[in-house]
Amino acid sequence: MGDFDFGVIERSWVYLFKEGMTFSLTLTALAMTGGIIFGTLLAMMRLSSIKPLSMFAAGYVNLMRSIPLLLVIFWFYFLVPYIGAWIIGSPTPIKVGAFWSCVITFTMFEAAYYSEIMRAGIQAIPRGQVWAGYALGLNYWQTMGTIVLPQAFRNMLPILLTQTIILFQDTSLVYVLSITDFLGAAAKVAQRDGRLVEMYTFAAIVYFIICFGLSLLVKRLQARIAIIR
Amino acid sequence: MSAILTIEHLRFAYRGGPLVCDDVSLSLEDGEIGCLLGPSGCGKTTVLRCISGLEQIQAGRIALNGTWIAEPGQSLPAEQRRVGLVFQDYALFPHLTIADNIGFGLRDLDRTARAVRVGELLDVIQLARMGDRYPHELSGGQKQRVALARALAPRPRLLLLDEPFSNLDVEMREKLGQEVRAILKGLNTSALMVTHDQHEAFAIADKVGVMQAGRIEQWDTAYNLYHRPVSRFVANFVGQGVLIDGRVDAEDKIATELGPLPHCAHCDLTPGQAVQVLLRPDDILHDDASDLAAEVAHKAFRGADILYTLKLASGTRVLSLVPSHHNHALGEKIGIRLEIDHVVAFPTGQEMSSAARMESA
Repeated sequence: MGDFDFGVIERSWVYLFKEGMTFSLTLTALAMTGGIIFGTLLAMMRLSSIKPLSMFAAGYVNLMRSIPLLLVIFWFYFLVPYIGAWIIGSPTPIKVGAFWSCVITFTMFEAAYYSEIMRAGIQAIPRGQVWAGYALGLNYWQTMGTIVLPQAFRNMLPILLTQTIILFQDTSLVYVLSITDFLGAAAKVAQRDGRLVEMYTFAAIVYFIICFGLSLLVKRLQARIAIIR
Repeated sequence: MSAILTIEHLRFAYRGGPLVCDDVSLSLEDGEIGCLLGPSGCGKTTVLRCISGLEQIQAGRIALNGTWIAEPGQSLPAEQRRVGLVFQDYALFPHLTIADNIGFGLRDLDRTARAVRVGELLDVIQLARMGDRYPHELSGGQKQRVALARALAPRPRLLLLDEPFSNLDVEMREKLGQEVRAILKGLNTSALMVTHDQHEAFAIADKVGVMQAGRIEQWDTAYNLYHRPVSRFVANFVGQGVLIDGRVDAEDKIATELGPLPHCAHCDLTPGQAVQVLLRPDDILHDDASDLAAEVAHKAFRGADILYTLKLASGTRVLSLVPSHHNHALGEKIGIRLEIDHVVAFPTGQEMSSAARMESA
């Protein structure tokens, strides 16, 4: 162990967490929120009796699940400015910025996975409850909002959170855009000080503690929130 | 009295499938409880789904309270029909308390008015102190009472019940059936129920429609279904009994193996015609003094009485319900006597069951 200098961690951890971890957690939180909302809409579209809607949703989900995330990150980062410009009719590419480009990418990518979870959750609610809702005078949106989605969301919460833990790990891929997320920050320090082993080991331990800790919490949550039928 | 529900020539088929409802017509008076009775797959539940607006009908029309609510290509959305639904599996909302379940359809009322109405209904279903509980804490019978209260809360124009007691044990079924009838009659609520259990149908409904292969064979009172069935299917499906061969003779009597029977008034038979006569177990009485004897082929002890299967001299079997203290051994010959108030006879071979009618069509 003589050659290792763990003092580099002591010198840099404030920077790692203040800059890097804040970015990773903010991106995770925004992408989770956006992903679950968009994913739920996709799930509702996919289960819709209106053919074009369900075909669009199915196509979208299958597309996203068949492309590597890294490719989507690149693709979006370089294309979103042009697509945005085309949409608003601007002659020059719009400035999205690395952060918002990441938020949009992760939201759209994770939505595909969240939508499959929500689809399973919605389908698990007995159809009779939906019919009962209609018979009691509720329209589609009211039935969804007050009967189906609350139950689906509650039943699926552990799986949604597990997916979010995966999302948190995936956010480390943004370092390919030279963004200072937690891993990116660790990599920068590692290269500046020539302490690759120490920094990458430290980063791995931090990811492990957070993700494993969260998955234990999810397990406990799962036992507590299950709706008894 | 006016009709609360009118169905005229309703036809329905699931996409690409065969006709599930074939020319169904019926009419239910205000405050009346009707029941569709039939074997599984006969289309009775689909009729309910069409009335409630969960399915779009392909022909015919449905009126509620004198207004047409469903015609082909034109249909009032389910949520605007004010038709209550009660399901076999209760379909309570497991994430809400009993009180919230019952108050679910009362979104237009303010908090106080809703609480009052929920309280009323909890009293009606005798679960006054259970409002804070969750559905999983209740027994099957209690759940179904909550489901009934939930459907009744918004004062529906018509209540539809789909096999409401099928998930309950026999004892509970009977008890709850009587309770439900009392509640509906007390609130003067019109209802249409669906079941495959004739005892349930007869216990609850004022009028019963026997369905077979998408058609209503007979829409009538329980008494008439049993004593004046219009088709062989109804005769076989409702109650027990056998059909024995006979022939209309010149004096407008029907000659049978068991002796001459009075002519069947409403059966439209011609002299000389071969017919089959319906004999219910209660039409054949045990009488030691009678010359007519039959051999006991099988017996089923029913408590108060015994259902004997008797073999006549020709080998034809008939059923007889005999008070249970007349305990006869298998193989024994016992005297029998016919006592038929009204004879039901079907021309032999002419009338096919409607299933056969559909196949040949």
